[in-house]
Amino acid sequence: MISTLLNNSEEVVAIILFGIGFTMLLFHRNLIRKLIGMNIMDTGTFLFLASMGYITGRKAPIVVNGVQEMKAYINPVPAGLVLTGIVVSVSVTAVMLSLTIRLYKRYHTLNLDDIYAMSKHDMEDR
Amino acid sequence: MKDKFKKWLYGDEDLLENISDTVEEHDAPREVLKEEKRRLDSDIVRHPVTKSIEGAEKKGMKALYTVTAVISCIALIGILLYIVARLPLYGQENVRADEVIRRYIEDGLQETGAVNIVSGMILDYRAFDTLGESHVLFTALICVTILLRIDSRNMRTDYEDYYTIRQDRYFDISGDSVLSRVGLFLIPCILVFGIYVLLNGQLSPGGGFSGGAVMGAGLILFSSAFGFFTVDRFFTLKLSNRITFVALSFYSFAKGYVFFMGANGLDSHVPKGVPGAILSGGLILPLDVAVGMVVACTMFGFYSLFRRGSIGGPK
Repeated sequence: MISTLLNNSEEVVAIILFGIGFTMLLFHRNLIRKLIGMNIMDTGTFLFLASMGYITGRKAPIVVNGVQEMKAYINPVPAGLVLTGIVVSVSVTAVMLSLTIRLYKRYHTLNLDDIYAMSKHDMEDR
Repeated sequence: MKDKFKKWLYGDEDLLENISDTVEEHDAPREVLKEEKRRLDSDIVRHPVTKSIEGAEKKGMKALYTVTAVISCIALIGILLYIVARLPLYGQENVRADEVIRRYIEDGLQETGAVNIVSGMILDYRAFDTLGESHVLFTALICVTILLRIDSRNMRTDYEDYYTIRQDRYFDISGDSVLSRVGLFLIPCILVFGIYVLLNGQLSPGGGFSGGAVMGAGLILFSSAFGFFTVDRFFTLKLSNRITFVALSFYSFAKGYVFFMGANGLDSHVPKGVPGAILSGGLILPLDVAVGMVVACTMFGFYSLFRRGSIGGPK
């Protein structure tokens, strides 16, 4: 098992990045830090997908000199999946940053616990 | 020092606190705002809800949360590492799942006309996936617009000057001599490179998303170096909306037609051309251009909305 993990070191690094991001999501109370954690999780996912598609000794999937054999190119499917992931990551980051800006303008803090307490306060006022 | 670090760590710091020395005319309202915040804070401290939360924290809820969070993080990493240990070795071919890949690599050039197999895959075999991605970007732009757009109706005019915010006088760096000289040289290169990447999507690494992102970056540099006024002359909200609408509806109609009218959806009735020429690949080149336009508009729109709360000039 250890030898497999050493061989799959790219995937292991991707998993560790994912774990770091998840830990940041759980342990930080600052909204910006949570966002950074989510972006680190995204990076781990991209690294995982890219390393799953790689095959040693083969070239990127662009047809050169008319060679169209399976043996010549790496797996093209993860490349498309990474593209999808990047687009979704950019969109989610933008929407969450703008939500954070709105929360900051309303409550003048980025601390999630304070925002939660103040929003309870607001609701009871109403 | 320690308190300051703790404040910074927990995000308690008020970023507006020390900004008043750069903006003279906003001094008094910020004071009012700070006073209001202090009052609100003291109300919160005395409030029963806050007290109940603090009481729960005192009763060990916080320790429970920490323990649960640590356990769940370690469990997540452990499970994922266990799965990684069962995966095929890095750099080896997965022979059990190669039917789809074989079709893409061995027949892709003949069926789609694209030399770049990934381009052929995402814009022909899986074109609806890319359509969805473009719509995700468009939806995100709409959400950010709803949340951040500043106009006369949604801003608190008593202490924020409408035109000041719109013209971004707080953090304006345009007119900086180094930036504008370097920009004069770099911006045309970046835009031409973006167009090159966009048009060569079916031949080389690149395509709609990367080319559009490069062009959006060029626009962002342009607006930073020469100010938003200069960009407003040609890039307005109306133009951005029109480009996005035309590109997305062209993509939807073209691919919708192909998918609903063709038996297997792959024959687009557009001549495929000679592989390797710029005008090859059938529908892939126009679709790439459409996606690139959407991405460029979205990137610049995000930047513009975050920096001054609008796309295009004030109305």
